[in-house]
Amino acid sequence: MSTYFVTISTFIAIQAIVAYGLNIIVGYAGQISLGHAAFFGIGAYTAGLLSTKAGLSFWAALPIVLLICGALGVILGLPSLRVREDFLAITTIGINFIVEAVFLYVPFFGGAMGLGGIPKIVFFGVRLKGESLLALCLVCLAFVILICWWFTKSWAGLGCRAIASDETAASSMGISPVRFKLLAFVLGTVIAGLGGALYAHRMGFITPADFGFPVSTMMLSIIVLGGMGTLWGPLLGAIILGALPEVFRPLADYRMLLYGALLLLMVRFQPGGLLGDASVLMNLLKRMKGGDRHAG
Amino acid sequence: MLLSVSDLTVAYAGVEAVSGVSFSVGEGELVSIIGANGAGKTSILNAVMGLIPSSGGRIEFDGTNVTRLPSHLRARRRMRIVPERARVFAHLTVRENLLVGAYGLRKAIDLQKKLEWLYGFFPVLEERSAQLARTLSGGEQQQLSIARALISDPKLLLVDEISMGLMPKLVETVFEALRDLNREHGITILLVEQNALASLRISNRGYVLEAGRIALEGNADALVRDAGVREAYLGI
Repeated sequence: MSTYFVTISTFIAIQAIVAYGLNIIVGYAGQISLGHAAFFGIGAYTAGLLSTKAGLSFWAALPIVLLICGALGVILGLPSLRVREDFLAITTIGINFIVEAVFLYVPFFGGAMGLGGIPKIVFFGVRLKGESLLALCLVCLAFVILICWWFTKSWAGLGCRAIASDETAASSMGISPVRFKLLAFVLGTVIAGLGGALYAHRMGFITPADFGFPVSTMMLSIIVLGGMGTLWGPLLGAIILGALPEVFRPLADYRMLLYGALLLLMVRFQPGGLLGDASVLMNLLKRMKGGDRHAG
Repeated sequence: MLLSVSDLTVAYAGVEAVSGVSFSVGEGELVSIIGANGAGKTSILNAVMGLIPSSGGRIEFDGTNVTRLPSHLRARRRMRIVPERARVFAHLTVRENLLVGAYGLRKAIDLQKKLEWLYGFFPVLEERSAQLARTLSGGEQQQLSIARALISDPKLLLVDEISMGLMPKLVETVFEALRDLNREHGITILLVEQNALASLRISNRGYVLEAGRIALEGNADALVRDAGVREAYLGI
């Protein structure tokens, strides 16, 4: 495999992990978040600081990273989830800007110069880079997809999806809206933290801008494109939006325009995403399956 | 009394929709609250379920004061609502809708047995158990909404304007189902209806609501015979 292909694939895998976290919050629990990159950043900075300042290995730091992301998810999620829809969107944007500003202006986090010297992940004495790092990212991604699959089948997932569908009706069936929204939010932030830790060790050097509002928009674009609340949507979205800039490199200057147009077209014509039920792609797949049955 | 409501007041932005209403529902009873559009019927039911806050009064359910309890905790005490326009979970399958109704009661009820009983009662739900709820017709959604409430073995079933938007033939079926549930399965029901005649016919007692106040109350038969009620609500 060429280095180029491995590099792109690693980034796609990391972005997919973070997008799966967002999918739990937005797709399954129906709570819009436009500040998901904040938790991606919190994971990356926690992992970076623990490895550079505390000298912990990736593996020793990981549980702490996930714990901190979860705890901050509770602290920032609890007040945010008391508001709905537009207000929730604005609040989460605010969280993103505040977290980015803290990384930028508090010297402890390295300020505008960023945080450098983050070592490579070591696995049984082997320093992971290139293909071996890609393998680790893919294993993590598979694990995250498994968690999401389990979540959709669990009672907690059912509660979240009921709240997304009709919060008032769900609460009149004995489902506590606050508890389940928070559960989804925290699960999403912990998964974002995992992506952040992998990103920090992959890059070796991180800056606050890596986790700014445009990154949150990108994550939301990924799940809108792939299909919110579907199991494979975030992966498909991450692959398309990760590969697109490479394919259309000559159009790099118009990338944001392209994303904007893509989002508008999706919302207008395929609001459920590429893998949403009754989408063009799903209908095509169903017809192919139906055709097979016919032939068999 | 299973449910006793005293002096209930509900206000929206300072305007009273329900003013000092008192009523009660005994165990095993089927009670109707009838009244014109905008009389405050739905507000009363939503306040009893805890979906909107009451600005005054007291709601006692099964011997406990639940006035300040959030709706999900009232639901845990087995009070359930069949809301106006069914409000099924559109993106969940029929079976998942029913499972949500049984949330937190896995240990208390035999889920499989309950599902079978409900499928016997509403056969169309079994046929469509794997379909998304939004693909159901209006009448099927009402049936799903009732089944979703019944799966929890409710002590009190609140039913809000179930006849709204249904074909006349279906209205009859749904009211018959409610009567059966009350008479044969002993489920206590509080019904709120614009379709006064149909609901009084299956009720033990009734209350007539006018502009947020109780204007009349009594046995259902007596209300059906009452000249004023006949003229104002029954159109006879």
